[in-house]
Amino acid sequence: MTTELMPPMTPVLTVSLHVNGMAVQAQAEPRQHLADFLREQLGLTGTHVGCEYGVCGACTVRVDGVIVRACLMLAVQAQGCEVQTIEGLDAQGQYQDLQQAFVNRNALQCGFCTPGMLMCASALLEQGGCPSRKDIRAHISGNYCRCTGYEAIVDAIESTALARNADQKAPGP
Amino acid sequence: MKPAAFDYLAPSTLNEALQALAVHGQDASVIAGGQSLMPMLAFRLLEPRWLIDLNRIEGLNHICIEGHHLHIGALTRHAQVEHSPLIAQHLPLLSLVMPHIAHVAIRQRGSIGGSVCLADPAAELPACMVALQARMVLQSLNGRREVAADDFFQGLYRTALAPGELLVDIVIPLPAAGTRVAFDEFSRRHGDYAMAGLAACAHEQARSSRLVFFGCGDKPARALRAEDLLNARGPRPSYDALRAAIDADLHPEADLQAQPDTKRHLATVLLQRAWDHL
Repeated sequence: MTTELMPPMTPVLTVSLHVNGMAVQAQAEPRQHLADFLREQLGLTGTHVGCEYGVCGACTVRVDGVIVRACLMLAVQAQGCEVQTIEGLDAQGQYQDLQQAFVNRNALQCGFCTPGMLMCASALLEQGGCPSRKDIRAHISGNYCRCTGYEAIVDAIESTALARNADQKAPGP
Repeated sequence: MKPAAFDYLAPSTLNEALQALAVHGQDASVIAGGQSLMPMLAFRLLEPRWLIDLNRIEGLNHICIEGHHLHIGALTRHAQVEHSPLIAQHLPLLSLVMPHIAHVAIRQRGSIGGSVCLADPAAELPACMVALQARMVLQSLNGRREVAADDFFQGLYRTALAPGELLVDIVIPLPAAGTRVAFDEFSRRHGDYAMAGLAACAHEQARSSRLVFFGCGDKPARALRAEDLLNARGPRPSYDALRAAIDADLHPEADLQAQPDTKRHLATVLLQRAWDHL
């Protein structure tokens, strides 16, 4: 089989976007996925790379307000987007109760799935209301955990939703 | 692993995309939502020299009614279809189906056009397109043509899409008043590809129906004999009668999920469960 000389490929493209509220610009090969871009070019290693083909959920981030799998998006596709990683979710403080519930309920052991679980759960909790355990399981069914057996994670999400709704129903000061 | 290196184009018009496709031909892949393509690139099942990103093209993302048809643009995301009041009102079958497609994060990026063009035999949307008698609008530099869903899905990952063509729109006739729908699937875990699934529409008075099974062959399969039984509107058939009808029309091969006999049994159970809804 002859080897043809291929014309030169675009080595890198410049990507400009907002990450956790800050404007950033960095170079990326077209083939680099967003998860690797966040981790390597931006040093945001809270986003984890698990399966790298979109089934494990460890790479879950928010792009333009909705959760996506960062390993299934090219960095160059995030041009002009607003990305939130687990670092941003943490800094924002809106899910402190969820994070504390994870601690209280022992919903993490090694912690590898945890950023993805929190990002995923945030999308469920922002809908409001009290999802059933069945609903919670269905929602997180695309996020794999090898350590906990999931029960504690469901507990943490459920208790957070219940507490949020109880707060809303509580009489004013 | 990481995808093999490729060159990247992000055309901002449909015409630019079609020109790029025409120029690069077999050396190019197109990317829409990327939820199926990215895994293929990661596994290096595909190593395109050029990747043409369709996401910047305007005019391919819409859900609207024109006359007696509902149009869904090829780049419309699953999540948009899932939460669309127009779809809930006019195409309740799709509203039933959307939560079964993968998971929330996938549905935020995945597109209806991508799912339809991939034509995975175990996917939900191709079967829905056949059940709804959808027409696929295909565009190339030579012009536009429409292909009925019945003719569009041709085999395993094979559709009527010709080289140089892009799916741009899906046109679905508004169902007649009195149409009933049903949907269900068996999968090992929520969000998995189905072992067997059924997307069904029926109209009692018109004595017509479409019982479309997926995961039971290399493309969506209508169970014509079962449709005849339903259309007759006689007493509820027994399992054996339904199974006989299924066996006549469905010829699934074994796959990673199940043996042919299991799939035909599951198909029969799905039909039993759907019967009273139709």
